[in-house]
Amino acid sequence: MGSTATAKIVALPMVDKHADPEPVAVEVKASAAQMSAAEIPVPEPEPIPTVSLTKVFLGLLGYVTRERMITALLACISIGALFLFWYLGTKYRLEFYIRFKNVPTPYEVYQQLTLVGLSNKYLFNIAISVRRILLGFMIATIIGVPLGLAIGKYERVRDFFMPVVEIMRPIPAIAWVPMSIMLWPNNEASIVFITFIGAFFPILLNTIHGVHSLDGVLVRAARCLGASEIRLFMNVILPGSLPHIFTGLAVGMGVAWVSLIAAEMISGQFGVGYFTWEAYSLVDYPAIVLGMITIGVLGLACSGIIRMVGVLLMPWLAFAPGGRR
Amino acid sequence: MSMTMAETEVSKGFIDVRDMGVTFGANDNKVVAVDNVSLNVQPGEFVSLIGPSGCGKSTLLSIVAGFVKPTRGEALLDGKAITKPGSDRGVVFQQYSLFPWLSVRKNVEFGLKMAGVEQSKRNTTARALLDLAGLLSFENHYPDQLSGGMKQRIGIVRALATSPQVLLMDEPFGALDTQTRVVMQEILTNIWQQFRISVLFITHDIEESIFLSDRIYVMTARPGRIKAVIKVPLPRPRTAEMTDTPEFMNLVQELKGLIREESLAAMAPEIKDRGLSGFGMKVGPKGVGEIF
Ligand SMILES: Nc1ncnc2c1ncn2[C@@H]1O[C@H](COP(=O)(O)OP(=O)(O)OP(=O)(O)O)[C@@H](O)[C@H]1O
Ligand SMILES: [Mg+2]
Repeated sequence: MGSTATAKIVALPMVDKHADPEPVAVEVKASAAQMSAAEIPVPEPEPIPTVSLTKVFLGLLGYVTRERMITALLACISIGALFLFWYLGTKYRLEFYIRFKNVPTPYEVYQQLTLVGLSNKYLFNIAISVRRILLGFMIATIIGVPLGLAIGKYERVRDFFMPVVEIMRPIPAIAWVPMSIMLWPNNEASIVFITFIGAFFPILLNTIHGVHSLDGVLVRAARCLGASEIRLFMNVILPGSLPHIFTGLAVGMGVAWVSLIAAEMISGQFGVGYFTWEAYSLVDYPAIVLGMITIGVLGLACSGIIRMVGVLLMPWLAFAPGGRR
Repeated sequence: MSMTMAETEVSKGFIDVRDMGVTFGANDNKVVAVDNVSLNVQPGEFVSLIGPSGCGKSTLLSIVAGFVKPTRGEALLDGKAITKPGSDRGVVFQQYSLFPWLSVRKNVEFGLKMAGVEQSKRNTTARALLDLAGLLSFENHYPDQLSGGMKQRIGIVRALATSPQVLLMDEPFGALDTQTRVVMQEILTNIWQQFRISVLFITHDIEESIFLSDRIYVMTARPGRIKAVIKVPLPRPRTAEMTDTPEFMNLVQELKGLIREESLAAMAPEIKDRGLSGFGMKVGPKGVGEIF
């Protein structure tokens, strides 16, 4: 099929091939004498762009624009203000309804970090939490995205699954803790399950929304171009829903952390949530704050990674109306 | 020599619509969109369909494209009933329908990819087609970086990539400004001159339909029927200068007369009863065709 198209084009006279991209007055040349068939060129293929280290480096440099520096500056100021408030509160032991009496100072927390920061116990707890998050989140993605695509696309699948989804959705992941302990053979599996529950619904619902907000004309265009059902899914419905799917992944990741920490505090052995709760039981105040900050940083890193993957996978969004920027 | 080759290729692409009727909804909100329409497009012929808003033009095209099933009658392509969309019929939509996540070249390659054509071949074909549309330098851009006219040109060559036998176009230039429109018409007539496939072209624009077509079907207000068929005897290839010739002007007048009645019928009944002058409107020499 393709070869016929090429043959036809090559054998026939060309329209003005140097026409401006936005011609105001294009000269239309349709005479066959315009160009002999022999000199009709099939255009030289441009070299396929390759990713080199220098390019990546230059790209990073380009990242440092004035706009971004202002953004970074404001971020530093806001985080600095938070720490300053904390520092002043603990320094003067403020008591105005909220009480800073037992709150450790930033320095004490820093000391705690240097003390346990590289200890096996602390790192092990982090590793355990991260593993649980990755497992729960991955399972939620693997089930949530395809199911969401199918529910979004097929009315019958939707009719079948949505009643269950609607009943399950309002139940917060933490409310699953007792049930989860009963259901799963060991503690680890039940915590991963709770993390999964937390991530699953945002991913599923955003994927469904992504399919619904896909412009129907794109599906029709793909059908006309000969897309089979499976190819339609892979080449149109999936990429078309991707922006919403990534919204779902980012939200899901946040809820997954909330659920994980709660689960670790209630039923856990190990994990950052467990670390924090244990510190409270042992009246180790600096460790509580260290645990909290650790959770914050880990959550930030996870959603940062998702956002970065999103940018890499969806370069076209940079140009979309009302898109990034 | 290239012409003879093009002509030998013209053997397929015969669209035959017979006694077509389409009804949407049921009972109270029943809408007869198309009523008893028969039309055909000969292999290699450029046919326009013109008629007032809501008369069922898009519906008719959707049936030939295979998106909608007719309530009565049938649509045939080369004698075979049309049941579903397929790459033997390229479609260009009124809305921009490029895939925003694919580069311009990948958009043009899409149909070939679906047909399982290998990458290097797809690439060559797509680049040749983009060259034809004058947009080769934009091959690695994304659709959102382009203007409306550029998007529609890419839409046209994308539809041509799989070598369809017919091209169906639903007001493809409807969203463009007048200047861009005129240029697009010239580009389209040139591209068609080279491919010589059957085209069913829907438009609101009388000049556009005359400039492009071999024949023009005029439809009535809803329920859409065929009111008249006009042959356009202008020679090929068409050039911009032809729009100033007396033959062209006469055709415009003839079509405006036909369409005036229908656009009046399509409007509120009061307008129909009193006529436009009853509303203090001046009906100039260009007539209601302007509103159209
Ligand atoms: N899916 C549908 N369900 C119900 N009614 C429909 C549907 N599609 C079209 N119609 C109706 O059928 C009639 C014809 O619609 P169609 O879109 O074919 O008109 P058209 O001639 O293309 O109009 P326009 O020039 O404004 O694009 C309209 O009255 C419309 O409301
Ligand atoms: Mg329409």
